[in-house]
Amino acid sequence: MIKFLLMVNKQGQTRLSKYYEKVDIGKRPALEADVVKGCLSRKKEQCSFVEYKDFKLVYRQYAALFIVVGISDTENELSIYELVHNFVEVLDKYFGHVSELDIMFNLDKVHIILDEMIQNGHIVETNRNRILAPLLALDKMAEAH
Amino acid sequence: MSDVVEKTLSALPSLLSLDSNAGAGKLSSTSKLGNLIRGITELTSKHDEEKLIKKELAAIKEQVASPNTTMRQMKEIMVRAIYCEMLGYQASVSYIHAIKLAQQGSVLEKRLGYLAVSLFLNESDEFLLLLVNTVLKDLQSTNLNEVCMALTAVSQMFPKDMIPAILPIVEEKLTHPKEVIRRKAVLALYKFYLIAPNQVQHIHSKFRKALCDKDPGVMTASLHIYLQLVKESPESYKDLTVSFVTILRQVVGGKLPMDFNYHSVPAPWLQIQLLRILAYLGKEDQGTSEMMYDVLEESLRRAEMNHNITYAILYECVKSIYTVYPKAELLEKAAKCIGNFVLSPKINLKYLGLKALTYVVAQDPNLALPHQMTIIECLDHSDIIIKRATLELLFRITNAQNVTVIVEKMLEFLRQSSNDYSTVDLVGKVAELAEKYSPDNGWFVQTMNSVFSLGGDRMQPDIPNNFLRLLAEGFDSVEEDRQLRLFAVDSYVLLLQGETASLPQCFLQVISWVLGEYAHLRPDQASDPGKVMRLLTRLLDQRHASAQTRRWILSALTKLCSSPVSIALARDVGERYFGSLDTVLRQRAHELMILSQDAGLRGRVLSAEGRLEHVEVDSSLSFLDGHVSEALAAGAAPYKPPHQRQEELAHEKALSLEPYGLSLPVSLSTCSITDRLTDRQSPTRLSISSSVSGNSTELSLKGGSTTLKLDGVKRVWGKEGYLVQQPKEVVEETPLPPTELPSPLGSFQSPVSQTQTASPGPEPDQERQQLASSLFVGVGTHHSVCLMGRTEAAPQRFRRKPKGTGSSSGTSEHSSNSSHSSSGTAAGNTLDSTTAATGQQISQHALGHPPVNGNPIVETPGPLPPVRDGGVAAEIPTGHTDSGTLADPNEDPVPVRPRDLPLISHLPAELSGLARSKLTTLCPGPDPGLALSSCRVYKEDALVLVVFVSNNSDSTLHRVALRFTSKQLEVSCVSGDLVEEVKGHSVATCQYAVVMMRASVDVELAGLVSYQRVPGQPRATPFSLRLSLKHFIRPLTVSTGEYGKMWLSFSHDVKQNLRLITAGDQSPLTATLDTLRDRLHLHVVDIIGSEGIVACRLLRGQPCLLHCRVHADSLAVWLRSPIPEFPDSLLYHCQKALAEA
Repeated sequence: MIKFLLMVNKQGQTRLSKYYEKVDIGKRPALEADVVKGCLSRKKEQCSFVEYKDFKLVYRQYAALFIVVGISDTENELSIYELVHNFVEVLDKYFGHVSELDIMFNLDKVHIILDEMIQNGHIVETNRNRILAPLLALDKMAEAH
Repeated sequence: MSDVVEKTLSALPSLLSLDSNAGAGKLSSTSKLGNLIRGITELTSKHDEEKLIKKELAAIKEQVASPNTTMRQMKEIMVRAIYCEMLGYQASVSYIHAIKLAQQGSVLEKRLGYLAVSLFLNESDEFLLLLVNTVLKDLQSTNLNEVCMALTAVSQMFPKDMIPAILPIVEEKLTHPKEVIRRKAVLALYKFYLIAPNQVQHIHSKFRKALCDKDPGVMTASLHIYLQLVKESPESYKDLTVSFVTILRQVVGGKLPMDFNYHSVPAPWLQIQLLRILAYLGKEDQGTSEMMYDVLEESLRRAEMNHNITYAILYECVKSIYTVYPKAELLEKAAKCIGNFVLSPKINLKYLGLKALTYVVAQDPNLALPHQMTIIECLDHSDIIIKRATLELLFRITNAQNVTVIVEKMLEFLRQSSNDYSTVDLVGKVAELAEKYSPDNGWFVQTMNSVFSLGGDRMQPDIPNNFLRLLAEGFDSVEEDRQLRLFAVDSYVLLLQGETASLPQCFLQVISWVLGEYAHLRPDQASDPGKVMRLLTRLLDQRHASAQTRRWILSALTKLCSSPVSIALARDVGERYFGSLDTVLRQRAHELMILSQDAGLRGRVLSAEGRLEHVEVDSSLSFLDGHVSEALAAGAAPYKPPHQRQEELAHEKALSLEPYGLSLPVSLSTCSITDRLTDRQSPTRLSISSSVSGNSTELSLKGGSTTLKLDGVKRVWGKEGYLVQQPKEVVEETPLPPTELPSPLGSFQSPVSQTQTASPGPEPDQERQQLASSLFVGVGTHHSVCLMGRTEAAPQRFRRKPKGTGSSSGTSEHSSNSSHSSSGTAAGNTLDSTTAATGQQISQHALGHPPVNGNPIVETPGPLPPVRDGGVAAEIPTGHTDSGTLADPNEDPVPVRPRDLPLISHLPAELSGLARSKLTTLCPGPDPGLALSSCRVYKEDALVLVVFVSNNSDSTLHRVALRFTSKQLEVSCVSGDLVEEVKGHSVATCQYAVVMMRASVDVELAGLVSYQRVPGQPRATPFSLRLSLKHFIRPLTVSTGEYGKMWLSFSHDVKQNLRLITAGDQSPLTATLDTLRDRLHLHVVDIIGSEGIVACRLLRGQPCLLHCRVHADSLAVWLRSPIPEFPDSLLYHCQKALAEA
């Protein structure tokens, strides 16, 4: 089960955070800082999975941006690692060469995409066309206005 | 080829950089959001961030409050608020506006409203209730986008109590023509299943339909539900194995549309999900497993492409193969496949391979052998995560021969590790291995020393406890015990002579205890009795020793002060802590002073032979029972266990749900109101407290067996209370016959394996080869181990002596049992609290006058004769002969007043053969000349209320009329609505048919009798009586088949645990159901094994079904009905009926 998904840049600034388990908003920055510290300090040739407290972190780096997913011990790390890539591919398809600024300026849309993919900590859709369909429908309506 | 794919993939992300400015295109750089984002990117310090966000929040607050803010602007504000929250600053001012945006915005704004709500609120937030009506509206919208987003919102979070309000509409969506709507509806139902499984019990057939949906997406969504269901009870879904196998075969075979592929692999995450389901289904079930062997093999074979995602599938596949019933050929293939993982140069695969091996060796340690050189390499890997995974694997293959090497590796890791969590975990594992496979005393003590110093105060407290218990209880050989203890003492003396500042507190405590108990074993103890004491006192002087540790040290000193030198030392220390602020410390100092000066007393209290005794503790504190009952009698509140207190707090919280609930279109069965609750729960609460006190007596009965072996605890409390002066009771432990224990040394004779020859690999260097042989020694020897799991390799060295009758573990089991049962009741309570109480009932309850006379609530109507068409019950003797009061043998005898006899004779002839209640006097009234009594007659199709108007005066009464008013009852007159005259000393009879409109526990029926004593001068007297639900319940005769159909179609349900009745030679279930049948007029449809089904109906109303199952020592009852209030009210009567039985 997925506990949270974070997008963090190399400076450790959070660009997107989504929690699937309740974490008090006051405790999030500390947790994020801790998680980021655990991942950023690792070398390229090291394993992409890190133990953190009683769960695991799966991270993947895209240029200056890290995507970190917190998962329970029973989850398949490699499938999550690839899920992250699928997510990035979907973003890439939607934004066309997605950049950190795309994500910042379209935080709401990134969240909408993520909502289609992960719900309650489970992977609910991985088909790229279907993930984007609801968002594209909304965009169409916006254009019509 | 595959590497090329990898490279193109890694090229793609490089586009994700900050240089591109494309994303900013749509937003004007001057917008408020643009400014905020720019501000955030330019942040340099935490302080700046705080300043920026505080400013932003203030701006948001101002903007949302302004009436001129449009929905479009609101949308932007929400994104800004999301940013603030993301950085950790609460933007609570925007929450309500997020809900408003979802409610009132256009489609685009609405989506953002929903999004903001899902990010801001959590599931227990009461704000969510405000969203219910919006969701309801959007679900019914003709705009698919709106339906879609409402379903998305629902499947993320929805208030549990409100599920009934939208459930029918969501169910309807399961047949929607659009794939996306069906898929989201299934996900919404999955969410409902997660938060309130009872609510979706009845739509299991619809889940099956979703599984067979022609669209793969809908089918995939339904697998979430099935994974959960199968995990919870695999037995119930074995029939679906074929379906899952077929689906997996089709997916693997590439039958899905192309766009489900991910890097040319067909729906990988779907495959993983299916493999997980199959693993649960096939576990320990040969028949089911055989159905899936083929497809598992096919999955292994198909996943040949060299891409991460295929390895992810392979890993899952191997895991499934090793979880289901084993098939040798398949296991072999899977193990081979794991080889590719472990040998892979890719570090992520290596990690996963080690993880998979951990599963594999749990089945068969031999399978680790081919990979031993890789494992050795991983042990020295620069990446700590890989090292950790390797140790985990080694832990699984440890045996008596390789334990020293493996433990050494683990300790090495611990010395470098800084991760608290893994330290605690690993320290526990080392302690476990040391205890299980230790080769000799010296090694064991040294290893445990490392455990204590490395684990420090974070480790599980049972590690030091177990260690001390092991020392205290000893093994079979006295000499062995002595050696181990002496070794520990010597090593601690050595330790204390060195630097002690870095030793953790718990280690110091262990040291103090061991020295206190066993220092006398040292040969030099006699010649230099003060040596150990001086070492301990030195510890006392250390600043870092905690008060807790000091207490342990003082206890140890007390045990040691036997010689004149040590007495002087003890006095010194005692004086120092005589005035300590810590009361326990002060107490210990006093003990030390007194015992060190009075050798006689000390000899009695701390006799050397008594060290092994088991301290007897009356953990039930039964000696306080008298005190408790006195306090209760004096009006003290009874003790409530913490979970109950919390529950009550939760109930109080539930109160606030009420105002929202009433505004909803669908009747809400789940609004709870405290007033009602506290009233309703009293039976359960009583049962909790009684069960608690029951435990306490039970425990004290077994007092002899409740032996708590906490070392260092003085025996001061016993059954009789504080045992100040009592001499120590020495409980000698009976040595066990040697035949019962295996020889502790047996394991060393086992032959050393030839693993060295088995090691493959191209010329590994000598050192590694050696390490390998020492690590894997013994792993290959037990060939008997195989498919059906791992056998215990060697007999445990430190096998604890089995205790005589009732060890402490027995006790804890007992207490956990009892806590379990009480929590069971508590769970029942919670269920109860979430059930119905309608607004009307409340007002009724609040206004309710106490019944004027008699107490209809306590009354228990006896068995109702089977009233069939004719309405005459042959079995029941008519009441005339039997003092005229009862047709009911169960009813309490009522003092027969002389006038009852004539009254009952006025009962209309057509009713005289039916079951009826005793007479109740309705109103003494101000007029002594007029008396009203009533009696209920139970007809099959009606409840007839017969009212006797007795004129006890000489004069005639004119125009006597009765009027009834009740919201919940429908009262219609059968006869005697208006009696023109009642002569002196005569009785008039009026009959009313009463029907309960809405099921409620009991109902007040208020009436008014009007009459004229002198014609033209009307007088009136009010009266009231109370009617209970059980008066309106009639048995419902249905067959088991009909019952089954009805069960599925009813949506309102309640679950509760009831108490079981034991009577004579009947089974408790039969006895309980018979009691319910007799007292509440239910129909027992069928009893099968430990389950029973019961049905009843409300007069002229709906049925209610009960499903009862014996669970432990209570009866788990599940009630269902088409009307929400009925199960709840009926449950109350069931509880009462059983409580009275």
